[in-house]
Amino acid sequence: MSTRLQTGGRLLDTSVAREFTFNGKRMTGYDGDTLASALLANDQMMVGRSFKYHRPRGVVASGAEEPNGLVNMGEGAFFEPNQRVTTTEIFDGLKATSQNHFPSLEFDIGAVNTYLSRFLPAGFYYKMFMYPRAFWKHVYEPFIRQSAGLGKAPKEMDADRYEHFYAFYDVVVVGGGVAGLQAAKAAALRGVKVLLMEQTAHWGGRAPVDGGDVDGAAAQVFVDTLVAELSAMDNVVMKTRMMGAGVYDHGYLLGYERVRDHAPKVKGPRHRLWRIRAGQIITATGAIERPLSFAGNDIPGVMLASALRDYVVNYGVSIGDRTVVVTNNDDAYRTALILKNAGLEVPVILDARAGGGGALAQAARDAGIRVENGKAIAKVKGGKRVKSVAICAQAGEGSVLEEIECDAVAMSGGWSPVVHLWSHCGGKLVWDDADAMFRPNPEKAPTGEKGEAFVLTAGSASGHFGLDAILQDATDAGKTAAAQMGGKPVDVIAPAASARNEAPLEPVWMMPQGANIKLRMKAWLDFQNDVKVSDVQLAAQEGFESVEHTKRYTTLGMATDQGKLSNINGLATLAGALNAPIEKVGTTTFRPPYTPISMASIAGSARAEVFQPIRNTPIQAWHDANGAYFEPVGHWRRPYCFPRTGETHAQAVEREILQTRKSVGLLDASTLGKIIVKGPDAGKFLDMLYTNMMSTLKPGKCRYGLMCSENGFLSDDGVVARIDEDTFLCHTTTGGADRIHAHMEEWLQTEWWDWKVYTANITEQLAQVAVVGPDARKVLEKLGGMDVSKDSLAFMEWKDGVLGGFDARVYRISFSGELSYEIAVPASQGRAFWDALMDAGKEFDVMPYGTEALHVMRAEKGFIMIGDETDGTVIPQDLGLHWALSKKKEDYLGKRAQERSHMVDPERWKLVGLETLDGSVLPDGAYAVGEGHNANGQRNMIGRVTSTYYSPTLGRGIAMGLIKHGPDRMGEVVEFPKIDGTLIKARIVDQVFYDKNGDKQNV
Amino acid sequence: MSKVVTALNGASHKGYVTVSEAPLTGMVTLRGDFSAANVKKAVMTATGCSIPDVRKMTSEGDVHVGWMSPDELIVLCAYDAANTVVDAFHAALAGEHGLAVNVSDARAKFQITGDSVREVVAKLAPVDMAEFEIGELRRTRFSQVAAAFWMSDSATVDVICFRSVGQYMFDLLKISTEPGFEVGSF
Repeated sequence: MSTRLQTGGRLLDTSVAREFTFNGKRMTGYDGDTLASALLANDQMMVGRSFKYHRPRGVVASGAEEPNGLVNMGEGAFFEPNQRVTTTEIFDGLKATSQNHFPSLEFDIGAVNTYLSRFLPAGFYYKMFMYPRAFWKHVYEPFIRQSAGLGKAPKEMDADRYEHFYAFYDVVVVGGGVAGLQAAKAAALRGVKVLLMEQTAHWGGRAPVDGGDVDGAAAQVFVDTLVAELSAMDNVVMKTRMMGAGVYDHGYLLGYERVRDHAPKVKGPRHRLWRIRAGQIITATGAIERPLSFAGNDIPGVMLASALRDYVVNYGVSIGDRTVVVTNNDDAYRTALILKNAGLEVPVILDARAGGGGALAQAARDAGIRVENGKAIAKVKGGKRVKSVAICAQAGEGSVLEEIECDAVAMSGGWSPVVHLWSHCGGKLVWDDADAMFRPNPEKAPTGEKGEAFVLTAGSASGHFGLDAILQDATDAGKTAAAQMGGKPVDVIAPAASARNEAPLEPVWMMPQGANIKLRMKAWLDFQNDVKVSDVQLAAQEGFESVEHTKRYTTLGMATDQGKLSNINGLATLAGALNAPIEKVGTTTFRPPYTPISMASIAGSARAEVFQPIRNTPIQAWHDANGAYFEPVGHWRRPYCFPRTGETHAQAVEREILQTRKSVGLLDASTLGKIIVKGPDAGKFLDMLYTNMMSTLKPGKCRYGLMCSENGFLSDDGVVARIDEDTFLCHTTTGGADRIHAHMEEWLQTEWWDWKVYTANITEQLAQVAVVGPDARKVLEKLGGMDVSKDSLAFMEWKDGVLGGFDARVYRISFSGELSYEIAVPASQGRAFWDALMDAGKEFDVMPYGTEALHVMRAEKGFIMIGDETDGTVIPQDLGLHWALSKKKEDYLGKRAQERSHMVDPERWKLVGLETLDGSVLPDGAYAVGEGHNANGQRNMIGRVTSTYYSPTLGRGIAMGLIKHGPDRMGEVVEFPKIDGTLIKARIVDQVFYDKNGDKQNV
Repeated sequence: MSKVVTALNGASHKGYVTVSEAPLTGMVTLRGDFSAANVKKAVMTATGCSIPDVRKMTSEGDVHVGWMSPDELIVLCAYDAANTVVDAFHAALAGEHGLAVNVSDARAKFQITGDSVREVVAKLAPVDMAEFEIGELRRTRFSQVAAAFWMSDSATVDVICFRSVGQYMFDLLKISTEPGFEVGSF
């Protein structure tokens, strides 16, 4: 059983007990425990079931590389799945549950898959689920969804908060082990600004566990000294619990700070995502130990040798009383020695190397430990826990020589530098034969915009394993990075430290070397995704030669741990099966993030009230207070209608229209785009932008204009007012303001840079109110001030003046067909002006109307709406707007495009009005069908509805649509099938349904 | 309610720094070729200020001129003085090409005060706040909206944004300054 030792636990504060539960069972740990160490201290060896075969799985590692120990954490609004037990610090009240089993962790029905495993090889899903086709949706998918998957999806909205932080440093060091600390110091001594981040809560990394001396003192003393020195430096920022998640172009680096995962009751953000610009990045990210591929290497109790000694030294936790060590290198002997020193049994060390180990092996023998060279594990026996190991010769096929009882196995297949951050932005790797690993190739570093390297590695992340070499490398990295950033030429000398004194490693990718298929089918490569040696070999056999293809076919390395333990073993196995050198097979691509980061940290503070900016007009508060029903228009929320008590929206719209047509209504038109265009060439510029002539417009007059893209398609429309000889004010659609302003600037800056024109977007400077209806003039006259009579201010004219004490610019323009004034006042007076209008309009029953009433009234008048009648494929000619296309102008944007053969094709659908025979309302977007069928067996289309409404004014449905040969077919009836199978018949009519001569607006 | 109001009616919030909406401020957009002698002179005549360097401000009394782009400046002045600046600039140009427009009402302005103002900005804007100096003006974004800001002293940041997103900006500043959310980085 695993248990807490009497001694050890350098990271623990045993005076502070922490209560937590696992699967509802109450357990106790200490301050400083990870969830993994606390579970192991409570003899909770098994932590989950595997993804595919539902095999019992225990903790195998002690850090970010852990593939098995994933749990559901928390409850309700604080629930989060797939939390790694090895990187979760415990706190009082922590609640964790295991994943991927039914009905319980101890007894799981899905475990039957393990007996079916020979029927579930790599590619099983691809082969099995192809046929019959109907089975996928109704049989296979529901079954897979039930049985697959790790954690549960959260059901409630996350109650925690998150934020971003932008930071800028000359040098950022990722990793707070001895290499990172030393690199940070070397850089900082040269005077540059340094950020040092460490993903765990502690500085020093592995060195205090693995031992060695620096400057004649223990590694821990060196770490403490460095931390103290760095803390005292003004140019150094040190952050624990912060992971370097990703390296991107231009020195952009994401730092994932877990601010209070370990203290959820403290107020503040849960995670903070640091968005860092670094001049130079040093990855001192250490190395990860590789498992060995032997049968039963996934049984709980089999652990990485380094992890096993971490639990003893850091947390005072013994994984078992009797631990068999199996290795192909000297490093694992450290585990044996530490276990022995802690008073635990090591019945045997199996060293796969025929020649055995060096000084460390001798030390083990001296400590009385049995060491067997050239030996291997044939298989581990046990179900939910290791019971024994069967020993064989590494060179053989697995004939059992001896069986040794034990309750833990420490395995070591060598070490792989953590090259992820180096690789994210294009750093290349080189194969190192001596240590059988890929290490960063400093000749091919990630490069910045000038072609210079901006990522360096330090320590074991570079592929160094002796303390002396690690510190020398780190010192060099720190100095180089600082020099790149213009640091002072201070010479920094690496401290003297222990050298690596180890016999060479011998690569072992299969144990034993000639393992038969039965053993290979139980030798796991990827613990989280249940990929075995036999699966990768099968993939190779089936022709998957590329490592990227094999990865996807077998799912090797595709789980949430992204193959931290399985990658190298997997591709070495593939190389073996392909009989190719490992460096030729290569690695799969390392992509950010290094380990999964919370989605919420990516969103940062953007949730709830600041999820998205909502734009408010100066009159918005009135709309809110008066029950407006809003619709989104860009980032604005415009009132759709103002329903009164008991009214449906349709009734409200009808009332607003009837009132406006009968007397007077108000529209908040503040959202309309307003762009000032000024300069001696302003007229010439607008002549190019609009299809009609603007340069001939007289000051004081308004003209409606169309804008097209250079491909001829309608892009925006609006009324242009000429302010003076040099100045125009262009109104755009609400959604078009920023886009059209950018469009203008683009043409001015790229094509017509020598034209003397400046623009300014003043949309938000003005509140604009449309006062609409036969009584509109009376309301304004009641406000008093400027003369708004027809003689003084005719239709399509504008004037500055004072209205009711407000500085106003009044336009006589109409989008409703009624007598109408659009009045602009400074935004800060907008609300007061609206109130004054509501007050003055009382005797005429004035009421506000919303966007729907606006739409219906313009449709009654046959006015087009950008986005309804246009969709990016419609040209003005389609809409019968020939009158707005200047024939005098030599050119305007879109003119040439509109002469293309397809644009002048008489078969193009053209705008007409549509009147249903029964008076009903056509469905929006309905298609008109013609004779016959197309190649797909569908009815031929001859047109579609673009706008359709119930017109309260006419008491019937009205619509506009684009119909083939429409204008030539006046009076004909076309058919619109509905989705319920019935048809609506509509007659083609003129699209102006109301006041065709325009008498009402021109009074 | 008075006739002339700011976007949020002077809302304020006290977190670990204080956020408050500023009273109406005069703002004028100037566009022109600011390397031309007579345009420089027109800016001086209208504002009393010289042309600021890139990302900098110049000041004369209560009037400040900030660099917004190679051909755009912003004038900050008393609310009532904005139209005077516009007219003076146009008059001084005397037929030379240039544009001045009053945008005082198009904006919302906030002031954040307290010892940790720099880190509050660093939560929202991609700007190196450790290096930001008094006398600088930065046109940038705060989270999802366009904004510009400057520091009038080491504990005061003035932020301007479009009036329509004043509420968003206020909420953003509010949640970023809640006690417990300190970064402690500057």
